[in-house]
Amino acid sequence: MSAAERTVRPVSIASFAQSQNVRKDDERNEVEGLMPVIAEVFGNIGITKDDVGFICSGSTDYLIGGPFSFVMALDAVGVWPPKRESHVEMDGAWALYEAWVLLQEGEIDAALVYSFGRSSLGDLNEILTLQMDPYYEAPLWPDIVSLSALQARALIDAGKATEADFAAIASRSRRDALSNPKAQVAKDVSPEVLLQDEYVVAPLRRHALPPITDGAAAIVLAAGDKAREWSDRPVWITGFDHRMETHSLGARDLTSSPSTAKAAEMAGVASGKVDVAEIHAPFAHQEIIVAEALGLDDSVVINPSGGPLAANPLMSAGLIRIGEAAERIRSGKADRAVAHATSGPCLQQNLVCVLEGE
Amino acid sequence: MADETTAGPVTTLATPIRLDFDFTPGVAQSRFLRGLEQGKFMGQRCPSCGKVYVPSRGSCPTDGVPTTEDVLLSNVGTVTTYCVVNVPFAGQSIEIPYICAQVLLDGANVSFMGLIQEIPADQIRMGMRVEAVWVDESELTPSLASVRYFRPNGETDADYETYKEYL
Amino acid sequence: MAERCAVIGVGQTHHKSKRDDVSIAGLVREAAKMALADADLTWSDIDAVVIGKAPDMFEGNMMPEIYLAPALGAVGKPMFRVHTAGSVGGSTALVAAHLISSGIHKRVLTVAYEKQSDSDAMWALSVPQPFAAPLLAGAGGYFAPHIRAYMRRSGAPEYIGRMVAVKDRKNAMRNPYAHLHLPDIDMKMVEDSMMLWDPLRYLEACPSSDGAAAMVLSSEDAISGHYPPAWIHGMAMRSEPTMFAGRDQINPQAGRDCSADVYAQAGITNPREQFDCAEVYVPFSWYEPMWLENLGFCDLGDGWKLTEAGATAFDGDIPWNASGGVLSSNPIGASGMLRFLEVAMQVRGQAGEHQVDGAKLALGQAYGGGSQFFAMWVVGSEKP
Repeated sequence: MSAAERTVRPVSIASFAQSQNVRKDDERNEVEGLMPVIAEVFGNIGITKDDVGFICSGSTDYLIGGPFSFVMALDAVGVWPPKRESHVEMDGAWALYEAWVLLQEGEIDAALVYSFGRSSLGDLNEILTLQMDPYYEAPLWPDIVSLSALQARALIDAGKATEADFAAIASRSRRDALSNPKAQVAKDVSPEVLLQDEYVVAPLRRHALPPITDGAAAIVLAAGDKAREWSDRPVWITGFDHRMETHSLGARDLTSSPSTAKAAEMAGVASGKVDVAEIHAPFAHQEIIVAEALGLDDSVVINPSGGPLAANPLMSAGLIRIGEAAERIRSGKADRAVAHATSGPCLQQNLVCVLEGE
Repeated sequence: MADETTAGPVTTLATPIRLDFDFTPGVAQSRFLRGLEQGKFMGQRCPSCGKVYVPSRGSCPTDGVPTTEDVLLSNVGTVTTYCVVNVPFAGQSIEIPYICAQVLLDGANVSFMGLIQEIPADQIRMGMRVEAVWVDESELTPSLASVRYFRPNGETDADYETYKEYL
Repeated sequence: MAERCAVIGVGQTHHKSKRDDVSIAGLVREAAKMALADADLTWSDIDAVVIGKAPDMFEGNMMPEIYLAPALGAVGKPMFRVHTAGSVGGSTALVAAHLISSGIHKRVLTVAYEKQSDSDAMWALSVPQPFAAPLLAGAGGYFAPHIRAYMRRSGAPEYIGRMVAVKDRKNAMRNPYAHLHLPDIDMKMVEDSMMLWDPLRYLEACPSSDGAAAMVLSSEDAISGHYPPAWIHGMAMRSEPTMFAGRDQINPQAGRDCSADVYAQAGITNPREQFDCAEVYVPFSWYEPMWLENLGFCDLGDGWKLTEAGATAFDGDIPWNASGGVLSSNPIGASGMLRFLEVAMQVRGQAGEHQVDGAKLALGQAYGGGSQFFAMWVVGSEKP
């Protein structure tokens, strides 16, 4: 059987939990921050660690400033007796992808995925510079806000957006976040007021930047009988793909996202009506680029959770998009949703997950 | 001036990177550190399996539940195993060779790494009984720097059977 | 039901203490191009790329898959980055293999590397944490006490470690890619080398290497290449907590469970009899006897006797690390993948001077962290 003819094994988002997203959690360490999230994601559906056949996590050492930060985090789960377990140095959305791949084989029926990170411990803007080419770019310390501002400028110059559009997105995100008890930045403030913000790096004003967030998130995936056993209304993953672009910013059209478009095509976004999209666009202008690449029309509700402009826990913000989209379906507010996650400067790598209820 | 562009390949490029991070010990480790500030080893017991961890990082590693009950531990313990470090490395602050040992404090169920002094490096043994030597009371801080080192306390060596499960 | 998966191309760099002739991108590309050539494929034939390496702080490049995407032909494709400590090279290969056995892709390129000379790995491993005593002198300082505990528990004579150190370096003389080529290696040379972490001497420890490894994995309907495929007969991963009351660090349960899992998949009941050779992660000499026991090649406490009797030597009945192993080349992130890759080379009959005669079924093992992470696969020349 060729890959193209493959029948996708239905896998459901059986449970989702996230920590309170805060500017700085300086009371608890990584393990202590993660434990209640793991307890909640299991507790939601009345299971324990013994019910999952695989564990996969996403995190990066550069948030804590020491090697092997994922190693101790595993103590929040208690992998004894020994477990099948893996880790990606990527957003938890990719850890979810790894678990989904394994579930496709049919040998195991449930997996725990979690991610964590405290963005507050160092200077995030400097840290992310280390994602650049280590020989030619990183030594110049181009910071992520400035690189994103370049992208925003390109978008404006291409006539695809205005600063008012960025403010409108930020305003909507913060207003929607009022109904999200886990959000960090929630306020009813008009775009006009936001446009009075100072520039951080022109054309990006403060509201167009994501907050710095400490947080963690977890999802339980279930397939087969377990999916129905653990949920009255399973939320199924019906399409899942991710794609990479070149690292060289000068070689990319920063105003579009072909990797998102390709992932959306492979995940089958266009094969049905999309009710809700949770987009991991850390900077306001990036939502415009991703929404276009996903092929969303005006009827789609974007980031009802408030999105990354309301809370952006690095390494978890992508996984949270998938969890939030699944919750919209589970609560009956949507039938079909698209979740998106990104990695790298200016949307270099993108993941698309299509979710459907029954 | 010679044409430096023809001087051969550039093989090295020094890029100094400096990043500063806050460190959060967390709730459980804070209690351990506050204990050190008072010249005491504070462990924590797992409510599920009853094992005592020192220092606890907040969870029982096998059960994945918070450790909450404080347990005051002894100043005395057993060297379960050790090595003698004779390799210099950046950031090292102790003169080599030195003894780096796993010390199992009486009352604890996990050993932790400690420096052994007041004994020649070639006389350390598995099973040796040791005690913590603390800094002067006025110098106690919430840090492992409060423990200067461990030293033999003169007791008879512990029987291998008593600590073999902690290797 | 899982699809069959095979290794159809392998590539590795010449491992050295300092590869200052290439950038990180150049290093990984060197291995990847070799693997593609071996598989008789080009970049465009690859569906996805899976890359692994040990901590990013080893090179100071955060989430390097982002920077390396174009160098590995990953633009427009799925690209994935694995990090499971020292076992990462093995687990990276397993993540790549699952992309095929799950039926999602047909051909996947998997790459692992470390360019230790770009930064200071010893420093990265010993970052002073404010509340910990600054005692740990790199990985050797972590593992030496456990080696002493093994010696005590098994009653092994102290020269066993030196025997492994000599055996693996002799094997490396047959491997042109190995970092250490020590033609005069013998027991005396090891004994005369500096005591670093007593009981571990300099020549009983792995070197610090720059290097990369790459493999092309393929589904059954996409086999190509210059050598017959190495079919995967089993793959497994296991983790246990780093530190817990009563943890057996010498013979970890996760290692025992992992081998039991992979043996069950591959139909192995007597590993010493059934395997023709093995590549096992032995960064410090004493880990050979320890892993012989953990992997069930002998009874508990007898590992050192196999080493002593020469069973694991190149001409023994179960050669371990015919390539020279981690003791001869240690590009950390790639070291685990090299174990997986070397056994694939053995069953494909392409190992050249270090080819084990008639090798048909072999075990690759990688471990990481403080011996709490394990990854293994079994490959064979026959279709499973």
